[in-house]
Amino acid sequence: MAVFDLLLCALILLVAVAAIVGKGLFRAVVFFVIYGVLLSLAWVRLDAPDVALAEVAIGAGLTGVLLLGAVGRLARSDADEPAEPIDWPVAVAASVVAALLVGAAIKITPGTGLEPEVRAVLTRTGVENPVTAILMNLRAWDTLLESMVLITAVIGLWPLAQGGDWMEPAGPAHHAQPGGVLSGFGRLLPPVALLVGVYLLWAGASQPGGAFQGGTVLAAAGVLCVMAGVVRAPGMAAPAWRLALVAGPAVFAAFGVAGLAWGGFLTFPEAWAKGAILTIEMALTLSIAVVLALLVLGPPQAGEAR
Amino acid sequence: MSVELLRQIAVYALTGAGLVFFLAGTLGVVRFPDTFSRLHALTKADNLGLGFLTLGLAVNAERWADVAKLALIWALVLLAAGTVAQLVARSALVRGER
Repeated sequence: MAVFDLLLCALILLVAVAAIVGKGLFRAVVFFVIYGVLLSLAWVRLDAPDVALAEVAIGAGLTGVLLLGAVGRLARSDADEPAEPIDWPVAVAASVVAALLVGAAIKITPGTGLEPEVRAVLTRTGVENPVTAILMNLRAWDTLLESMVLITAVIGLWPLAQGGDWMEPAGPAHHAQPGGVLSGFGRLLPPVALLVGVYLLWAGASQPGGAFQGGTVLAAAGVLCVMAGVVRAPGMAAPAWRLALVAGPAVFAAFGVAGLAWGGFLTFPEAWAKGAILTIEMALTLSIAVVLALLVLGPPQAGEAR
Repeated sequence: MSVELLRQIAVYALTGAGLVFFLAGTLGVVRFPDTFSRLHALTKADNLGLGFLTLGLAVNAERWADVAKLALIWALVLLAAGTVAQLVARSALVRGER
């Protein structure tokens, strides 16, 4: 397997270079997506399937779709593709940071890290998957703040809506042929995706999975439904959707405040931890799915498509 | 010949056949002249290459549930690849490629 690992490392570096120096934005995005997929393979080889799932779903899949959308918009606005020479100050700064990171990585002594500490308290966290235990209990603060950052990303989209489009469905108008391949696929896949999304959420307690991975699958199913013309895209700022948007962080924060009664913000008593974490994760999955779907659909462009 | 040996031979033969199809498909994408024949090469690699790979892995699977998951993955990729191929072909047609 050492040969495979070395090949994988070499491929990752090659693809990364191709993404940066290659000609054309579209080509760069394609290489970026391949880079994400290869990187998730590397995480699998490092025995970190949770990170691999997140990388392939969000790093490669979602970010790739967002970047492709951006490339499409740039092409429509007939802005010239930047053909600038290498920006040397940036290149030097990035190289120095990369060299420092490599130096730091080499200095890491192989060891167990925090694993013994996490294992020691795992039975009191309410879940069996150590990664979920860290994300949802031991370091719940970080996850709470992360989920709030996602909301600000959607709010950042709002100003991009043209005045008259504010109440229109999010994203461009879609024209799938009724009875065509896409509308058939859009009816066939979502039920399966729904099952997989909920399974990922449920599996997160004991295996790789969780709110982010499940939410990404649900978001993809939603976007597919909209593109296939099965459902109308929601209004970007419709009240019910705003509620779904904030449900995750709100439930999370509410449980955090309830924890004050047991000795501190975001402290879950042992007996209630599993129920609390599962409830928070369900709400988070909903919010993450809505956030990601709205980000991919983009601001309403009803006027533009006509 | 033991059952175990037969099983290993089956795994190598099936995954090997899958890799051959992937290689052929990749060559087709790189070498074929236009969008439609490239799509043809690509979907063959997805259908048969991945089909043989999952068959090979299924021989090695420890539980029936794993076999079912592998079959589901293959079916989903098949559906997605077919749909995407249709969409790419249509947009190529619209742009006037022949």
